[in-house]
Amino acid sequence: MSSISAIAIPIQRTSLFSNGVRRGLVASLVLLFAVVPFLPDFYVTLLGKIMCFAICALAMDLIWGYTGILSLGHGLFFALGGYAMGMYLMRQIGRDGVYKQDLPDFMVFLDWKELPWQWTGSEHFFWAMILVVAAPGLLAFVFGYFAFRSRIKGVYFSIITQAMTFAAMLLFFRNETGFGGNNGFTDFKRILDIPIATPSMRIALCVITGLVLIGFYLIARYIVQSKYGRVLQAIRDAESRVLFTGYNTLWYKLSIWTISAMMCGVAGALYVPQVGIINPGEMSPAASIEIAIWAAVGGRATLIGPILGAFFVNGAKSWFTVAFPEFWLYFLGALFIAVTLFLPQGIVGLIRKLANKRGQS
Amino acid sequence: MTPELLEAGALRREAYEAKRNADESISQSGGQSASFARVVQPNVVDMSAGGILYVDEITVSFDGFRALNKLSLDIRVGELRCIIGPNGAGKTTMMDVITGKTKPDSGKAFFGSNIDLLRLRESEIAERGIGRKFQKPTVFEQLSVFENLELAAKTDRRVRRTMFAKLRPSELDQLHATLTLIHLEKDSARIAGNLSHGQKQWLEIGMLLMQNPKLLLLDEPVAGMTDEETERTAELFLSLEGKHSLVVVEHDMKFIGELLNGGQREKKKVVTVLHEGSVLAEGSLADVQSNERVIEVYLGR
Repeated sequence: MSSISAIAIPIQRTSLFSNGVRRGLVASLVLLFAVVPFLPDFYVTLLGKIMCFAICALAMDLIWGYTGILSLGHGLFFALGGYAMGMYLMRQIGRDGVYKQDLPDFMVFLDWKELPWQWTGSEHFFWAMILVVAAPGLLAFVFGYFAFRSRIKGVYFSIITQAMTFAAMLLFFRNETGFGGNNGFTDFKRILDIPIATPSMRIALCVITGLVLIGFYLIARYIVQSKYGRVLQAIRDAESRVLFTGYNTLWYKLSIWTISAMMCGVAGALYVPQVGIINPGEMSPAASIEIAIWAAVGGRATLIGPILGAFFVNGAKSWFTVAFPEFWLYFLGALFIAVTLFLPQGIVGLIRKLANKRGQS
Repeated sequence: MTPELLEAGALRREAYEAKRNADESISQSGGQSASFARVVQPNVVDMSAGGILYVDEITVSFDGFRALNKLSLDIRVGELRCIIGPNGAGKTTMMDVITGKTKPDSGKAFFGSNIDLLRLRESEIAERGIGRKFQKPTVFEQLSVFENLELAAKTDRRVRRTMFAKLRPSELDQLHATLTLIHLEKDSARIAGNLSHGQKQWLEIGMLLMQNPKLLLLDEPVAGMTDEETERTAELFLSLEGKHSLVVVEHDMKFIGELLNGGQREKKKVVTVLHEGSVLAEGSLADVQSNERVIEVYLGR
């Protein structure tokens, strides 16, 4: 091993801002700042909502596509972020509720005299922002620590994440939990003391969501291009080899799991002010499964894929539920089966295949 | 400390030096010189006693089946030890115990004279300097050959370090050298999943070498290799002899023969035959091959 070969070994490293990424960034910024303000209200909200879902799909991709751990409980992290934001929005209603009291309406209805402990500090926007990432992050960390330490893998892990979100849903359905029971939070009036239901606020929230999506995309790109990201992919391909190479995979899985959960929390926090409601329905197992479908349809282990998948599936959903409302779930099921059977690489794989064919002919 | 004690110590040391100079065999202590005030560092393997692996009466049962039955094994520093045995003799289970994958029911396993292998996790054992090659070639299929080796390189393996890690020139040099050694320099940019079976075996061996282990455990390293590849593998292992300690588990008797008869022939190389979870015979290849019990259970099938 003494002589060093003169042949230079090509190191294939794409930079964080490759030409494609730069073009995409410019295009999406133009879209956000020049096109969104002139869209009809309905489309602004739809776009903002889908971009929240795209953040979830991106988070799912980091844990599933790159690390090979399928979570069927990401809807819970999304909902926790949403509830953290929702608490703040409830406090912003002030005395403008139906009962004209300081306490949120549902508490007055339940005849509560004071705020329960969970609501401490909820009137501060800053505290709400901390909760948005801390609540899902902390839950993911504790849950993940025990699951990964016990070496729970594959379908077993997926099932317990599903159980986790289902249990949380049942908990949040109860009035005693203090989060509005099955009605959740709604009827928001203001955010940062600015009225929430105005066209300009809708545009602002949509643009902010777009910027957050772009930011998360770049963070995710940095992560998967770093050595850390390659360790994650190595865990997906052959975890035992990673262990015997000397990496303690527990901390790798736990860190990306927690990061992914926090991203979902942020998505939930952006979602709630735009759609104006959060309830335990977001924690239903079906909601979590849908996130996995977006990632699978778009293309796992690519970063742009899950974003495309979220846009494609949700775009199709908003069209279908208007045109043929009763067929939507059948279509979603058929889509998932078709993608699994014929397009294991999703939409991105299909585009690549077509591009290759064109290149050859 | 009194002057008398100091003086006594100096005299003892002088006597020892004289004895050591007279008798060369004492200095063969695994490359480390014995001294009167040697600091044993925790987590750094202490090989000054001349042994790198001590396995003592290890027993492992799976649902009543004894995969290992009071297995004892002793590997010297720099030794190339071949282990043979019929299927189900416990070869892979033995490696599982040494690398921390399986915890035995009873017995002891030490790395050097200070590291208790039964108390550590897989990653910690790997970090201390035991590298393991699996029976089935296990590489990171979706990553390139280069990236496979890069991940195996011995660096800080904590999460916050790898997030901001940059490839250092010294690692790059080692990478170049390893790529040349395993004959994959032209394939460095290829995806590991597209390599041939033999090339994957080589890549895995290359990844082990990047770890810089003191002890290499190789489970059937030439399975699925062509004759030419097998020969080159034997050459490679022989070149590692002395620098690393190697334990090779193999079925291929031709390969074992090449390993035992090549390289530093002045050293007497030992073959261990496992059968039903314990050592059946140990000795030179000729001894083992003429051992009647060995012929009965293994060679003379």
